[in-house]
Amino acid sequence: MEAFTTHTGRAVPLRRSNVDTDQIIPAHWLKKVTRDGFEDGLFEAWRKDPEFVLNRPEYAGATVLVAGPDFGTGSSREHAVWALQNFGFKAVISSRFADIFRGNSLKNGLLTVVLEQPVVDALWAIAESDPTAEIAVDLEQRQVRATSPDGATLTADFELDENARWRLLNGLDDISLTLQNEADIAAYEAARPSFKPRTITA
Amino acid sequence: MGRTLAEKVWDDHVVRRAEGEPDLLFIDLHLLHEVTSPQAFDGLRMSDRKVRRLDLTIATEDHNTPTLDIDKPIADPVSRVQLETLRKNCADFGVRLHPLGDVEQGVVHVVGPQLGLTQPGTTVVCGDSHTSTHGAFGALAFGIGTSQVEHVLATQTLPLARPRTMAITVEGELPAEVTAKDLILAIIARIGTGGGQGYILEYRGSAIEKLSMEARMTICNMSIEAGARAGMIAPDETTFTYLKGRDHAPEGADWDAAVAYWRTLRTDDDAVFDAEVFIDAAELAPFVTWGTNPGQGAPLSANVPDPASYEDASERHAAERALEYMGLTAGQALRDIRVDTVFVGSCTNGRIEDLRSAASLLDGRKVADGVRMLVVPGSVRVALQAVEEGLDKVFTAAGAEWRHAGCSMCLGMNPDQLAPGERSASTSNRNFEGRQGKGGRTHLVSPQVAAATAVLGHLASPADLSDTDAGARTPAGAR
Repeated sequence: MEAFTTHTGRAVPLRRSNVDTDQIIPAHWLKKVTRDGFEDGLFEAWRKDPEFVLNRPEYAGATVLVAGPDFGTGSSREHAVWALQNFGFKAVISSRFADIFRGNSLKNGLLTVVLEQPVVDALWAIAESDPTAEIAVDLEQRQVRATSPDGATLTADFELDENARWRLLNGLDDISLTLQNEADIAAYEAARPSFKPRTITA
Repeated sequence: MGRTLAEKVWDDHVVRRAEGEPDLLFIDLHLLHEVTSPQAFDGLRMSDRKVRRLDLTIATEDHNTPTLDIDKPIADPVSRVQLETLRKNCADFGVRLHPLGDVEQGVVHVVGPQLGLTQPGTTVVCGDSHTSTHGAFGALAFGIGTSQVEHVLATQTLPLARPRTMAITVEGELPAEVTAKDLILAIIARIGTGGGQGYILEYRGSAIEKLSMEARMTICNMSIEAGARAGMIAPDETTFTYLKGRDHAPEGADWDAAVAYWRTLRTDDDAVFDAEVFIDAAELAPFVTWGTNPGQGAPLSANVPDPASYEDASERHAAERALEYMGLTAGQALRDIRVDTVFVGSCTNGRIEDLRSAASLLDGRKVADGVRMLVVPGSVRVALQAVEEGLDKVFTAAGAEWRHAGCSMCLGMNPDQLAPGERSASTSNRNFEGRQGKGGRTHLVSPQVAAATAVLGHLASPADLSDTDAGARTPAGAR
């Protein structure tokens, strides 16, 4: 996994709630058997509308997505995270993320930042009034920083549990970490009751 | 202090617990399908890792599989490659696979329970959010992403932070026309698509205890639609009776030991849930969705809501967008909404009881002119059972299409899709924009409402059907 420390980039204001994973990447894209090449499928239906925010030239190259509540609901498809990353996003900000989407994003180094809706509103206002404004997403300080059009500084702290933060900051591979506990896994397996189901008989 | 059902199952699977770290949980059963596994197998190859526990892993093909002409090569080359990739991966790594054409093939969440692999007190995962279905057995079951699929393949464990617990207590008698699907749609409308976020739900109360295993699966299946990764129901005699004698159910002394353990899997009287919701079963009615997320639903007798009636700005905006996408007008009666297609199937409502309840209403009636009805059994076993009972003939006599097993129109990864602007009444689980086909409009309904809707051509409940709809009913003996 790619490590995440601090990212500074321009933001796209996506004023929609309940952005489900079928919108992020429609099912027909899920037939691919790779982790890349999903960028053209990102928000595919909405991008047919020339007025859709991602199509507007002033937001081209933006790397931080600021979305409404309940982002990433629905399917467990990790392709949604890959599509956002393939397109160029490094971080997504919302007041609430669906659990599976959030887990998937943190496993891939896409930082999902939870901020209160009034802060999201303020970030929308900044990105809409000045599309060149940059937002800093700082995982070391667990802080988002931006400058309002009136020159005021917006600083908002966010929470992320220490373990997840450590894995992200160091870009650690979960499987290798788990396999360090091989003895614990083997001990658990040895003590499992015989009535537990098996798919094949050894 | 006592523990909840979820906490008991969780505690029994902790491989390692350390301060400041997520718990490392052992996974009893890992279900695989073609869509979310290819990149995970690639990951194993790149790291030169094997599947740790082939005896706890099983695969089937469901999302891409066609429901017509299954003896011919799959027409869509991309779908074909994905299925061939699963077959190669399973062969290379030694995973048990039930491919298209196999008698045990079907929607992964229908296959696990019918084989008896889904058991109380187990942990079940799959790269599919509707893995919550298996919670109906008192299993802790949840969907995972592809990185976690690779993690489970390699280690048979997952590092996970322990969720909070929420009790959803449903007391009383469900009215005659109200099914498990109506109940779960009403629950989601009540707590919202994010209401269960961060929780494991436990459905309990007298109305839940009376439900069959299949109805319980319908409820747990849609826990994810309320934002909860997992939903559970305590195992009881209904659960044990369902499991007894199935292929992978324990036998002899193992059965007795298992049942003794399973009986302990009840929330203790003095356990405390982090949140509680109470529902009066008697107040429920047939329920349908009008919008583009599963929380946007209402009783069938209601009207399409006015977005202006929402105080919350983001809900109001979402309702406005939904009405525009769905082509509906505020105040319009839900019963007046005409549909083009009716879909009966999916991991939510593709089991034998669902097919029986739809068939019982279609028996002797006809699907309305201009309405296309697809009936897609959840598995080959369900299809065989339905044929044995003559349900396939009831469906085809009514003018419905009887298809082969798979996920089908629930998500339209195979050719079964809605055309742009086409409207469906669907027994599946998601009414997202374009879910059943680009530009398609979905109303989520129960199998009974689906059948009544097919006959009348507009959203309807069984009570709306008159005896005159039933021309020449098939004599009971012919079934």
